[in-house]
Amino acid sequence: MKKYSALFRIRFINSLQYRAAALAGLATQFAWGFMEISAFSAFYRANPAAFPMEFSQTVSYIWMQQAFLTLFMMWFWEYDIAASIIEGSIAYEMVRPLDIYNRWFCQITANRLARAALRCAPILIFAFLVPEPYRMTLPPDAAQLFLFLLSVLLALCVVVAFSMLMYISLFYTLSPTGVRLFIAVISDFFAGGIVPLPFFPAPVRAVAEWLPFAAMQNMPLRIYSGNIAGMDAFAGIGLQIFWLAALLAVGRLMMSRALKRVIVQGG
Amino acid sequence: MITLSNINKTFRVARRQAGFGRAVKALFSREYELIHALNDVSFTIKDGEMVGYIGPNGAGKSTTIKIMCGILTPDSGMCKINGRVPWRDRIAHVREIGVVFGQRSQLWWDVPIIDSFELLRDIYKIDRKIYKNNLDELTVLLDLSELLKTPARSLSLGQRMRCEIAASLLHSPKILFLDEPTIGLDAVSKMTVRQFIKRINAERGTTVILTTHDMQDIEALTERILLIGKGRILLDGSLTELKKRSSRRKTLVVEYNGSAPEITDDMTLIEKKNGRLVISLDPEIFPVSDAIAYLAARTELTDVSVSGITAEEMVAELYREYHI
Repeated sequence: MKKYSALFRIRFINSLQYRAAALAGLATQFAWGFMEISAFSAFYRANPAAFPMEFSQTVSYIWMQQAFLTLFMMWFWEYDIAASIIEGSIAYEMVRPLDIYNRWFCQITANRLARAALRCAPILIFAFLVPEPYRMTLPPDAAQLFLFLLSVLLALCVVVAFSMLMYISLFYTLSPTGVRLFIAVISDFFAGGIVPLPFFPAPVRAVAEWLPFAAMQNMPLRIYSGNIAGMDAFAGIGLQIFWLAALLAVGRLMMSRALKRVIVQGG
Repeated sequence: MITLSNINKTFRVARRQAGFGRAVKALFSREYELIHALNDVSFTIKDGEMVGYIGPNGAGKSTTIKIMCGILTPDSGMCKINGRVPWRDRIAHVREIGVVFGQRSQLWWDVPIIDSFELLRDIYKIDRKIYKNNLDELTVLLDLSELLKTPARSLSLGQRMRCEIAASLLHSPKILFLDEPTIGLDAVSKMTVRQFIKRINAERGTTVILTTHDMQDIEALTERILLIGKGRILLDGSLTELKKRSSRRKTLVVEYNGSAPEITDDMTLIEKKNGRLVISLDPEIFPVSDAIAYLAARTELTDVSVSGITAEEMVAELYREYHI
């Protein structure tokens, strides 16, 4: 376990160096959060009863989403891993006494956490200080907060396990562009990255609630805002555990197959 | 102990002719060609040996190394290294080997070298004391003290290669694979690297398998040579044996004052410039001492040097002989 924590540490330290990127990201996320809340507030003013989530829930959902964007966004890309497959430096990774799947999982998780660590505090502080109706609210009770944290962790693991499938597919395609674009759009949409799932038309929503994407940001954000609570929250966490287990199993199987026929690119 | 028996490996490569039309056609039906990278490769290397693995580009050197490192799985054949099959038992196997791919880097690009080393320490679970001893020794031998705090990206190629080699030895491997370790290095760095490899082999008894295109590496380091061409092992023997086997001819370079001496039919003139003659001769027909005496009698010699075939020429001759 120590070897993975060492890897985690070096990746984390490496990512903390990108301060300028973090600042630029922060600016984007503030602007984006404001715009989104403004748009929603216009709709709510027109007819507050027509929406499936209370306005305060939607506001919390959006701020939390902006604060932890780097944990959940699917289009975020680990260049080191892609390059190691495409250019062949995977040769060096394979001569280490490490499981490649665990190694990459660890590396991606560390990178996402490091980026989130740099960005979440300013956004959260800001979101708790801005005037109503833009202000973020706390979850109804401590239990709900705890469920939220558990769900964040699971959602992160589901996102990483899912993105592992994209990296493994590079062994076959050697080009990330297609898969990455396609998956990023689909998953962002069905994970509630653009509008929360409750806003979807009923038939679409009925299906979307069961997809692996629903186990991503959708779950923790709705638990935090109180849209999913009580037994529903437990069921949601169950869904996350199910998808995580399934994605891990598929990913490991794909990885061991890919490594058997691995070709080291570039001699 | 390393044993390879009847290893075969093929790669499937998509090929097409140049041109737009062909490119469009390739969208619908691709033509694949099977490249036989390794063809029935067998050899044995004993513990503590230092072996030079040579052959032209694309001969299959790197493929063999990658199979021995557990990276590639061969199509057929068996490879056992210290009782393990590398690709089946990869994690246990790689603990005992060190690898340097001269064309790639194993160091983290943006962090100081020492951070990469410490990561390797944790990955290999190297005992603190052993790690410290190894690090101290490597630092002295490879002159790393100035480099350890520098990020890999700011090092020159020669400096980086020294760090790469150190990185591959921190966990005291029993076998060291060096895939073109001196590629692109200047003369001084090459010499440092060679001396160091020799020393590690002699002092630690590390088995060293080295691929290179630099025949001076081979001459300086290895007694045994494996020649591979078109995926087959063509020769397995000592450098001296090979030298004997190939041409016996000697090259005589003389510098002189005054007029150029006439040469006999037993000497072949290679080059004639003002004051300098390069002659090739077969010492069994015309002994070198006689040739020098013969020339000295006809002109005033200022300098004489005699050389046998260089490793470089010998390999070129071998490549020609085997049409590889």
